[in-house]
Amino acid sequence: MSAAQFTPGQRVRVKDARPERIARMHLRTPHYVRGRMGTVERMLGTFPNPEDIAFNRPAEPRALYHVLFDQPPVWNEGQAGDTLLIELFEHWLEEA
Amino acid sequence: MDPRPENVALLEKLVAALKARGIVTEEEIALRQSIAERANPATGARMVARAWVDPEWRAFLLRDGTAAAEAMGVSMHGNPPLGVLEDTESVHHLVVCTLCSCYPRAIIGYPPHWYKSAAYRSRAVREPRAVLAEFGTVLPAGMQVRVVDSTADYRWMVLPLRPAGTEGWTEEQLTALVSRDHLVGVSLPNAAQKVSRAA
Amino acid sequence: MDTQEIPPAQHDLGGNPRFRCTPVEPEADAPPDAFGKRVDALRVVLRERGLLTTDEQRLNIESLPEADYFGLTYYEKWLRAITAVMIAKGAVTWEDLQ
Repeated sequence: MSAAQFTPGQRVRVKDARPERIARMHLRTPHYVRGRMGTVERMLGTFPNPEDIAFNRPAEPRALYHVLFDQPPVWNEGQAGDTLLIELFEHWLEEA
Repeated sequence: MDPRPENVALLEKLVAALKARGIVTEEEIALRQSIAERANPATGARMVARAWVDPEWRAFLLRDGTAAAEAMGVSMHGNPPLGVLEDTESVHHLVVCTLCSCYPRAIIGYPPHWYKSAAYRSRAVREPRAVLAEFGTVLPAGMQVRVVDSTADYRWMVLPLRPAGTEGWTEEQLTALVSRDHLVGVSLPNAAQKVSRAA
Repeated sequence: MDTQEIPPAQHDLGGNPRFRCTPVEPEADAPPDAFGKRVDALRVVLRERGLLTTDEQRLNIESLPEADYFGLTYYEKWLRAITAVMIAKGAVTWEDLQ
């Protein structure tokens, strides 16, 4: 498996995709961060891809990151300075 | 709410069928149930209290929550890794699983009903301060809420700030201040409030 | 962005406006009953046997019809999902469960 692509402090964008509309899927990227920009807080390790485990097929290990987002912009409400911290797999992230 | 009779019956038919095929035994089910029943928030409370008095343990707990749980006597084999979230003077953590109900069961036991509810799962990420207010929690001015959505392999537990007015307290006295709700982050420990624990 | 106009999957509940006015009910502790504890224990036995993963179980909960996803109790949904996985794998048959 290749080295982790993203580093702490790096700005990333979550892919703006809804593959669950195409077919039955098991995704662990909440809809509310898709397409959003965040900052990598740290890499949490590598874990087998749950999208594959759910269908009992061979699951590649994927890098998992803790990514920090500003909370108020997500729904245009909330207190400035509040944040969301979400575990996201590498294949859902791209350089911002 | 109680399960429907047809699902109570389904459980027993499923168990019977699995037993008949040699896949499960009643002894194994009983063993797993007793292990699950033994896990309880007092373990998390002890981990937190020790972190308040012992800087080396604190660093270990934050670096490797899974190993720290093992050191507390929790068998983490087959269980998801534990991550511990350090509250600071400027950041308070609130844990939720919007997609299902991920919770550090092996360390602190069964999650409460409210944690698994659609109301908590939907509102904690959108209006965390209103949710905190339902628990009677108001954060000090200047403190940010960081909502941690448990979306993948980790299970998360909060390490809250040590309450004011506890200087010189023993680890045992401090443990008595830490509740399950503090470990999820919906409320904050304070020196005036001891937690009552079921035996 | 376009994707935020599309309704999310039923289990992807973050921010869902349907529950905006639903209280969280901090007193609703509701520890699992005997049924729930047994379902949970069965889940762990099957996991240890390598017959059930958390993600297989989650997928089968997420796939429940909407009325069941929001109408069944928490452990009823677990049981339905575990049953679905056991049938899919041939560990039991539907006839076993009549």
